[in-house]
Amino acid sequence: MTDHELIWRIAGGSGDGIASTSQNFAKALMRAGLHVFTHRHYPSRIRGGHTYTEVRVSDEPVKSRGDGYNFLLSLGDSFARNPSEGAYYGNEEIKPLSENLDELVEGGVIVYDSGLLDTDEIENFDERVEENNWHVYDIDLRTIAREHGREVMRNTAGVAVTCAIADIEPDVIKSLMSDAMPEKILEPNLEVFDDAYEMVQEEFDVDAPDISVPSGEHDEEQVLLSGSDAIAYGAIDEGCRFISGYPMTPWTEVFVIMSQNLPELGGISEQVEDEIAAAALAMGASHAGVKAMSGSSGGGFSLMSEPLGLAEITETPIVLVEAMRAGPSTGMPTKPEQSDMEHVLYTSQGDSHRVVFAPGTAAEAYYQTRKAFKLAYEYQIPSIVLYDQKLGGELSNVPASVFDEEPNPDLGSVLTEAELADAPHDDSGKYQRYQHDTENGVSPRSLPGQKGGRYLATGNEHMPAGHISEDPDNRIAQMNRRMQKVDSIRAELDDDGEFNTVYGPEDADYGLITFGSQQGTVEEAADVLNENGHSVKVLGVSELMPFPKEQVSEFLDSVDESLVVEMTASAQFRGLVQKELGGYGDVMSSLLKYNGNPFEPADIVEGFETALLEGEELPDNRTKFVPKVGE
Amino acid sequence: MSAFSAIGEETEKDQNEFTPGLEPQPTWCPGCGDFGVLKALKGAAAELGLSPDEMMVTTGIGCSGKLNSYFNSYGFHTIHGRSLPIARAAKLANPGLTVVAAGGDGDGYGIGGNHFMHTARENHDITYIVFNNEIFGLTKGQTSPTSPMGHKSKTQPHGSAKTPLRPLSLSLNAGASYVARTAAVNPNQAKDIIVEAIEHDGFSHVDFLTQCPTWNKDARQYVPYIDINESDDYEFDNTSRAEASEMMFETENALHEGTVLTGRYYVDESRPSYQQEKQRIGEMPEEPLAERYFDDSYEWERSYDKFLGKHK
Ligand SMILES: Cc1ncc(C[n+]2csc(CCOP(=O)(O)OP(=O)(O)O)c2C)c(N)n1
Ligand code: SF4
Repeated sequence: MTDHELIWRIAGGSGDGIASTSQNFAKALMRAGLHVFTHRHYPSRIRGGHTYTEVRVSDEPVKSRGDGYNFLLSLGDSFARNPSEGAYYGNEEIKPLSENLDELVEGGVIVYDSGLLDTDEIENFDERVEENNWHVYDIDLRTIAREHGREVMRNTAGVAVTCAIADIEPDVIKSLMSDAMPEKILEPNLEVFDDAYEMVQEEFDVDAPDISVPSGEHDEEQVLLSGSDAIAYGAIDEGCRFISGYPMTPWTEVFVIMSQNLPELGGISEQVEDEIAAAALAMGASHAGVKAMSGSSGGGFSLMSEPLGLAEITETPIVLVEAMRAGPSTGMPTKPEQSDMEHVLYTSQGDSHRVVFAPGTAAEAYYQTRKAFKLAYEYQIPSIVLYDQKLGGELSNVPASVFDEEPNPDLGSVLTEAELADAPHDDSGKYQRYQHDTENGVSPRSLPGQKGGRYLATGNEHMPAGHISEDPDNRIAQMNRRMQKVDSIRAELDDDGEFNTVYGPEDADYGLITFGSQQGTVEEAADVLNENGHSVKVLGVSELMPFPKEQVSEFLDSVDESLVVEMTASAQFRGLVQKELGGYGDVMSSLLKYNGNPFEPADIVEGFETALLEGEELPDNRTKFVPKVGE
Repeated sequence: MSAFSAIGEETEKDQNEFTPGLEPQPTWCPGCGDFGVLKALKGAAAELGLSPDEMMVTTGIGCSGKLNSYFNSYGFHTIHGRSLPIARAAKLANPGLTVVAAGGDGDGYGIGGNHFMHTARENHDITYIVFNNEIFGLTKGQTSPTSPMGHKSKTQPHGSAKTPLRPLSLSLNAGASYVARTAAVNPNQAKDIIVEAIEHDGFSHVDFLTQCPTWNKDARQYVPYIDINESDDYEFDNTSRAEASEMMFETENALHEGTVLTGRYYVDESRPSYQQEKQRIGEMPEEPLAERYFDDSYEWERSYDKFLGKHK
């Protein structure tokens, strides 16, 4: 982290209001003209258990959570159970303090709620404080909160203390509180805020720590968005008015946002019995002429494998989102990983194809969701937005201009009744909906209820009017036409050239390649490596199928060697590159992380300098280095 | 003008409208009960004056799943067990469509059992015809969820140890607002019941007894049936849930004992359909959603104007 940034970590128990407090804090600072980025860490339980959110604040654009942090607000876990030493979850009560010390940088600040936490219970606390030159503020936040309102307001007290120490203008926060809180609780919260703020000013030497929030100014309006928000809004702007789903972390976030917004837009949301039904409903709605979406995470997406193939062979447009979490099976529900990649690319029987995007940022998630709809409806093919728990949940500021493009309700390749009257029909009057001889593989469809458009959609191989057939020539023609659509899409995406991002000096010696949510972190690592005297550039790939062969091979050819960075245990993405390009295994090494946490820039710097350049073992097992083929 | 002008268009009372010409001819075995369903559906559609272009028939996989290959309307031959979720959504997207879902007893009560239960619970305004031949036909004669206890097949060589499923009781209890049983051996009743089922505003479940002479020679469905609504021996009020339930319980046992009883078991005209409920609570537009994509005067709202205020 740089000198002029604040990385503020608020820690407590799940259910203690950590997420909403940090979101408001981030939004207030964004309003004050700064760049923000949040990172969430939470366990798979509802109440209690160690959780924290980091808010990184800088006057310059930020792309990741950064390395370490410099300000800890430790609230205590008010839902802690089993506070005995030998218990499985350990001494939970003190975790919001004890668990967070390792990553706090030298000279950092600790504010803890002395109403709930006792530092005597933390091993070597005083020694560590002294060693690291930490500044400690023990404040009974709980009591301050109780005096004016309720205990939960200790979050507000903690934020006020942060403002006093980090020199943040209180009005920045207070005006946001007025926007975010209902009248009834606003007053007591403001009282708690003022009380805590004044108390720090009076009782502590606030000038001691060298931590303050910089000032900044945006050149255009910003909004604070998560990847999940971005996906939902992309879908809405593309005219999606039907969502069906079944809850599963972390996809639920998109499902919830859509369900809350669609009725207001005259759309329909359906929570159904399982994921097979969810995908099938989206397909049924789309077949009948509505833009529709569904989605899930790992296990739920497994169930969607079946309807996915049906959508492909019946050429029903459908957009699915897949929010990756650590697997196999139920895995780690609240932890990010990218290991559903192969599953999403290849699931479903037969030679099946789809469009798969893996956006790298919130803005890209918005654009690519829109593109996913455009391609799905134009080419009548399933398209999938593949992201992960990290991108879905982290908040960052995005410029307003991202949302400039007009809404697009166009259903794509659908004929009107007038066009249907002139279209070819078979003897029985059925529309030849799956004609062979089309230019780009797309054979326009009709919608049930349109006069003159009836046909049979079927998951069996079929003739142009939809009749089931195992005729070999027809089979080849239909298969080729469906595959031709993928080539047409590849050509369209290559022409756009919008999504795969190259970053860093053009003539660099080394490449860092990644996909999806790790893009920003890898770019920050490249900045550090270049500052350290190396010569590195980055390729963030966000089109997985069809794969951007030309762009990736050009990048690989332009450097001596590349390090592929991904959150999988079996180097899936590197495998994809090799499969698609038919080689390059001898110039790519892998850096993998699959411990439940996303990469931090320092992981990549370390992997590059230690393992790739020096050929030495990594100092711990947080990440894993896999050398290039033949070594 | 509507983009779906076939909806509401009347056709002549001619079931040939629903026959797709010479191709393809049904591939069902001679004597198969599935012919009876096809005939009844054609007759019902003709009687209702429906236009082939306003009907959508979704099916699952099985011999029964081929129904819509031989029926001239829009069709979606889906995958095993999944005809209902696709039918439901098409109806929600465009409520003007007449939506019929169909499939076998394996398809609907086995692999698709979860969808069956929930579609009934939600009372979607669609008609569901289950070809109940008490056997898996297309995969060559395995025991199905409705096969009687002790039924022997290649996969149950010692005879099934399971009691057969009670489809009528199941859908009644799940919430279907129209439940009937009919049989291929009585084409007139079958047609009338399908007419009623399509006209009924809510989920209509028709358990359609179809004989499978190829794999299920023992099935009781060959014996002459009794129409419970016409026989004095089976007097009950089919608008009463309790009486309907009792009658179902009795006759579902009787089927395997050799008496085939068919008729309308439960008719609830008062329960609003799912679509009506959804519109009432403000979760579904009054106008068909699918029409909106063709309405040039409709103003599509931008997320930025509508929702991004809370992110500023
Ligand atoms: C997921 C899946 N499992 C199994 C099958 C194989 N299969 C095809 S039809 C069928 C059973 C058909 O029986 P039923 O639904 O009673 O219909 P019928 O053929 O008797 O009309 C099965 C198991 C399949 N197509 N898909
Ligand atoms: S196997 Fe049975 S159900 Fe299938 S077509 Fe033949 S008779 Fe009909």
